[in-house]
Amino acid sequence: MRAPDVWVRIARCSDIPLREGRAVKAGTREIAIFNLGDRFLAIDNRCPHKAGPLADGIVSGTTVVCPLHAWKLSLETGNGVNGPSVSSCVETFRTRVEDGTVLLDLSDKQTEQEETGERELTGLCVPPRGITATTNLPADGRYLVLDSN
Amino acid sequence: MKRLVVVGNGMAGVACVEQILKHSPQFQITIFGDETHVNYNRILLSSVLAGEKADDDIVLNSLEWYQKNNIDLRLGVRIVGVDSKAKTVTGDDGSVTPFDKLLLATGSMPLIPSIDEVKKDGVFVFRNLDDTRALLERCRPGLKAVVIGGGLLGLEAARGLQVQGCDVTVVHLMEWLMERQLDPTGGGYLAAKMNQMGITVLLGLSTTAILGNGKVEGVQFKGGGSIAADLVVVAAGIRPNVSLGHEVGLEVKRGIVVNDYMETSHPDIFAVGECVQHNGICYGLVAPLIEQGKVLAATITGNKGPTYEGSVQAAKLKIMGVDVFSAGDIGDKLDGSEVIRYEDPALGIYRKLNLKDGKLAGVILVGDTADSHRYMDWLRTGKDLVPLRRQLLFPAPVDDVGLDIAQMADSETVCGCMGVTKGTIIQAIHEKGVNTLAQLKECTRASTGCGSCTSLCQSLLKAVVPEFEEEVKKTICKCIPIAEDQLREILRSQRLKSVQEVLEIYGNGVGCEVCKPALSYMLDMLWCGDHNEDRSARFINDRVHANIQKDGTFSVVPRIRGGVTSVAELRRIADVAEKYRVPMVKITGSQRIDLLGVKKSDLPKVWADLGMPSGQAYTKGVRMVKTCVGTEFCRFGVQDSTTAGIEMERRFENLFTPHKVKMGAVGCPRNCAEATVKDIGLVGQEGSWQVVVGGAAGKKVRKADLLITVESTEQALEAASLFFQYYREGANYLERTYDFVERVGIEKVRKDTVYATDEVKEGLLERLRKSKDRSSDAWLERDNPRNETQFVQIKPLEEVFV
Repeated sequence: MRAPDVWVRIARCSDIPLREGRAVKAGTREIAIFNLGDRFLAIDNRCPHKAGPLADGIVSGTTVVCPLHAWKLSLETGNGVNGPSVSSCVETFRTRVEDGTVLLDLSDKQTEQEETGERELTGLCVPPRGITATTNLPADGRYLVLDSN
Repeated sequence: MKRLVVVGNGMAGVACVEQILKHSPQFQITIFGDETHVNYNRILLSSVLAGEKADDDIVLNSLEWYQKNNIDLRLGVRIVGVDSKAKTVTGDDGSVTPFDKLLLATGSMPLIPSIDEVKKDGVFVFRNLDDTRALLERCRPGLKAVVIGGGLLGLEAARGLQVQGCDVTVVHLMEWLMERQLDPTGGGYLAAKMNQMGITVLLGLSTTAILGNGKVEGVQFKGGGSIAADLVVVAAGIRPNVSLGHEVGLEVKRGIVVNDYMETSHPDIFAVGECVQHNGICYGLVAPLIEQGKVLAATITGNKGPTYEGSVQAAKLKIMGVDVFSAGDIGDKLDGSEVIRYEDPALGIYRKLNLKDGKLAGVILVGDTADSHRYMDWLRTGKDLVPLRRQLLFPAPVDDVGLDIAQMADSETVCGCMGVTKGTIIQAIHEKGVNTLAQLKECTRASTGCGSCTSLCQSLLKAVVPEFEEEVKKTICKCIPIAEDQLREILRSQRLKSVQEVLEIYGNGVGCEVCKPALSYMLDMLWCGDHNEDRSARFINDRVHANIQKDGTFSVVPRIRGGVTSVAELRRIADVAEKYRVPMVKITGSQRIDLLGVKKSDLPKVWADLGMPSGQAYTKGVRMVKTCVGTEFCRFGVQDSTTAGIEMERRFENLFTPHKVKMGAVGCPRNCAEATVKDIGLVGQEGSWQVVVGGAAGKKVRKADLLITVESTEQALEAASLFFQYYREGANYLERTYDFVERVGIEKVRKDTVYATDEVKEGLLERLRKSKDRSSDAWLERDNPRNETQFVQIKPLEEVFV
């Protein structure tokens, strides 16, 4: 079962400058939203390395570079794409724009781990355990994450 | 000795003379040039217009060369008559010069279409150095310039004028740009690129009249439309200059007709270059002229044998960032030909090959011309492409550049302009001991035309000469593969003012955490705030003017000039620390106070409560001047180091630098404030100051070099200012002064700063003043944030329940 979408209005689009990120406190989470010009992308605002604030990072194409130790993470998949970061990832969130406002889907995607088979992978990142299928995959990454469980 | 008279001191004539001299010194040579310059590289005039090169940079043969070869050079004399019976030429100065052999290298002149009232003030052609100078003299930022003609020359002129600040429109008669070299699709890609650079392109428009009363006010088109113009450049093509040929009674069609030996219809009169017609074709590009010159040199020196069999027409657009190459037959209507295309609209890349009978007949490359030499070779040699069908558009990947060079055949041309093959270069290296690029240019002329083969020549030298040391130019990162010093020059000359623009035109369009801050710095340094600062390209520290800490909080270091503070300031600092529950207050190694652990959202309030300016402790900029108490209190002080240090900090503060700049001022050689291990130090002595630069006491420890010793504090501050600005302009990003001084050498640093001419010094100081005038305390953004969310964490617009 796919968890029902929970779309929450977060901010005016103009609140997030082009190619910058902003942190938003949503319930118990802190999420980093980025303005890529043609779309907004959102990930967990905690670098998997040392919890650096990703919203403060420099955007490079569709990746963000953590301001603390330059780990680079894909905003599309949440996966790390440079050096030691490649075996790590952060959660991603679906976004959409309505009337000049950015909305985030805050449904609890972790429940989807129970699900198997093909499904749309936008906004899902499962930290690897067992089979670390996320290692060394291309950075454009639309692929299934396998879990040994 | 026989007398050889050459009419025309341009590239074709002089190149031919160079070849003649190689055969034997059997002629007494006289060269007439109607321009007043020695032979220069006409192809690079557009670079002069664009400010990338100076007049001197494009000289091909210096006066010494003419003298060394006993050539009688007559500049500023136009030959107006030839008597083929008496064998004399007459100049417009009345001189009559006899000849045994005559070489006509009269080139071509601009084709002026029939436009009404074309002779107005403000209408220019763009053909020679004087035209270029006149244009440079006239064009001013903001002027509306119209270029008539969208061919190679017109487009290059347009870009040059735009770089000079003009608002440029290109008006082209045909339906697409460079219609002789490109197909409509390729022309479309080119037009898009020109538009992207801010040049307006109007196609399919015939210009009928220049408007205005005595002075240009606009141009009018067929059908009645018109546009305003302050300046018009006519670049509608060229016409062979054949009047002397007619006068002598040579066979002349469009050009002076020559046979395969480059002979005209008169046994003692020869012609070469753009003024000739061979096999029905008049060539207007440099490579054929060089090939013709070689054949003619053999014929005229009595070594008749080699023949000229025509050239493959090839053209390369020389606008930085707009790569266009075209060669051979590029039309779509070749009988039995196959067309292979590749397009990537997002990257602006277009490739088209015309194949006929398994061989390459023509090629168009737009957006990426790195492979052009490979296609030229296929065209020249008629290579059988059947076995290469899968690699036609992209070569098989080669890991090592050296290998690529090794795979080139000896007959393959490296320098298309001067017609120099790989074999010739290898021969020069082995036989003449060539081992630098400069020697290679001198010896073979390779890489002296358009310059696009320079990297290929370097790779060849690297592969063949073991001791060849490539001049290592540092690039920032792989996003933008241009050496940093060249990049600075490009940004300056091309007037690029935003990071994204630079990345889109010269880089991968994306950028990264390495190049974005570097480009941000370069633009700030060049344009002193008169540019579009893009905060997204800067590190978080420079977005919020504080230093990010491991937990995501920030540290705040107010400016305490010279380390001298006051009771009131200390009290405010204490109050702030208490009010905002600052976890740590620390005295820094730079005689300042650091408030650590401040939340981003508190920053503007903290700054306001402190009421002190930013100490720039978070950025690559002016940090501080550490001082001792000098003559004010110290028993040993001989100079007032506190006053000098505070003044130095005031003069430089708020400015950005390639890396952080830490300074010091000490009142005596005891050096209590460690000025000799600072980026810039003032060391007081009895009656003088030593100004020292390039010191370090960090990861590396280095004693600073003496820049100069001066008497007064003001002189010391001026010397420091000269070095400071010189470092700002010349260092690579993230290069500390101690690496910069070692790389450049202190002797050169002195020569370029304190011992430079007054003009150079004033230039440095003026640019520093300009930057300083436009800089301001970054913490004032507390009252005028860049945007509403600069310092705050966004709160969702509606409540979140999950």
